[in-house]
Amino acid sequence: MLTPTRGAAAIVGAAESDLGAVAPGLSPIDLMAQGVKRALDECGLQLADVDGVFCTTSQVRLPSLMLCEYLGLQPRYSDSSNIGGASFMSHLAHAALAIDAGLCNVAIIAHGCTQRTAGRSMAQVRDFNPYESPFKPFMPASAYALAAARHMHQYGTTREQLAEVAVAARDWARLNPAAWSRGPLSIADVLAAPMVSSPLTIRDCCLVTDGGGALVVTSAARAKNLKKPPVYLLGAGESVTHMSISSMADLTVTGAARSGPTALAMAGLGVSDIDVVGVYDAFTINTIMFLEDLGFCPKGEGGNFISGGRIAPNGALPVNTNGGGLSYCHPGMYGLLMMIEAVRQLRGECGARQVKNCNLALTHGNGGTLSSQATVILGTAATL
Amino acid sequence: MQRADQSPLSIYHSYLEQGQLAYQYSPAAQRAVFFPRLVCPFTGSADLEWRIASGQGTVYASTIVYPKNSAPYNVALIDCDEGFRMMSRVEGLPPEEVVCGLRVQLKITRDQPDEAPLPAFVPADPADIARSGPC
Repeated sequence: MLTPTRGAAAIVGAAESDLGAVAPGLSPIDLMAQGVKRALDECGLQLADVDGVFCTTSQVRLPSLMLCEYLGLQPRYSDSSNIGGASFMSHLAHAALAIDAGLCNVAIIAHGCTQRTAGRSMAQVRDFNPYESPFKPFMPASAYALAAARHMHQYGTTREQLAEVAVAARDWARLNPAAWSRGPLSIADVLAAPMVSSPLTIRDCCLVTDGGGALVVTSAARAKNLKKPPVYLLGAGESVTHMSISSMADLTVTGAARSGPTALAMAGLGVSDIDVVGVYDAFTINTIMFLEDLGFCPKGEGGNFISGGRIAPNGALPVNTNGGGLSYCHPGMYGLLMMIEAVRQLRGECGARQVKNCNLALTHGNGGTLSSQATVILGTAATL
Repeated sequence: MQRADQSPLSIYHSYLEQGQLAYQYSPAAQRAVFFPRLVCPFTGSADLEWRIASGQGTVYASTIVYPKNSAPYNVALIDCDEGFRMMSRVEGLPPEEVVCGLRVQLKITRDQPDEAPLPAFVPADPADIARSGPC
């Protein structure tokens, strides 16, 4: 696989759009533009500097065309590839390659989604799969529920361990003023919540919110003279294994087992070097499986690994410090917001939830029904 | 590659109409292919044979779906003995008794008279059904 050069590109701007429940009538492109404006403002670049556009959303067919029209851009390079929630990690790797190849110099990566205010049925076209849809699974929840059921059967992972993932996410969200759900949450609360698709209750499932944002990415050379300290792309890896859950070979092993080691090898790092972790927690089982597949613990031991507050505030491994898709924000595709959190942690901007001495972040995106996986390793100047 | 006169999906449905669960077999890969398609995902060959499944299988994973205003129901992934996996549901026992490893047998059914027949499953061992009582 073609991979970008370690440290050749950097994130210089990172900003959320409005989140949660946005003003009625705002479009996904409004939210992308808002994110782009905020991200450019914080680094001191102008729209006129932007010559690369990367964006996607599940709400419109041709998002990059709409965003370019909206912002008056005629970029040299654009890409609106959609591999689900992992799209933006993939966009970052592709933007770095494009910058490295001289195809563009300042790239924006944007997402926007208004699924909460517009209604989910308006916001997302669901594919009809003639081999799955007639059995009426709740998609995507049932796909992840099947993976959770299999993981529990094969490895003895417990309902309580799944719940602890949701509790850890909530405890982080309580430290993040921008999080949607900030009330106290216990393991008992998660277990007693209404069942969605067994073994997953509503508290094992991500939020349904609006939201979006943007990153500004440029060459390491140009990044040096901007307002914010650059956050360098040190490693990237991608994997696409299937689309529908019935075509996933082993429901307990995801493509993160390939994307993670690829990204770490490029960065020249091991998981023990990582200071802050983001794993796409669309459902509680995700956090457990991704920590296993990325190599933080052996396969099958993820449930034990996260137990006892290990990934919660004050735990040994800070995971999903913004509160995650479970408690902070989940606008249909969550990957972009994960990278914004990683950038802020590496800049030391996270206030009450700031991880101390934070120089290396691993951020792992997921798309579809555990279908696409993309990992990026980000670092401060000290890690070059 | 020849023009496709009939879609893989319509061939699959026509077998179901005759009470048979069909799948494809790739001679080059010597393994089953499911869902049905025009090109073998293991070899790239367009040479795929249609075969009839025995209907015997094992539950690989199972979930109970809880609609807001109606009764919960089962959705399962079934590993068919011929070496392919499919989504289905297991009927004839309470959904919480559909567990990984349960042996099941095909039972083609129809939710609505005007819809395509559905390849559902029931427990292979009648004792499993008897245990759960009439339903």
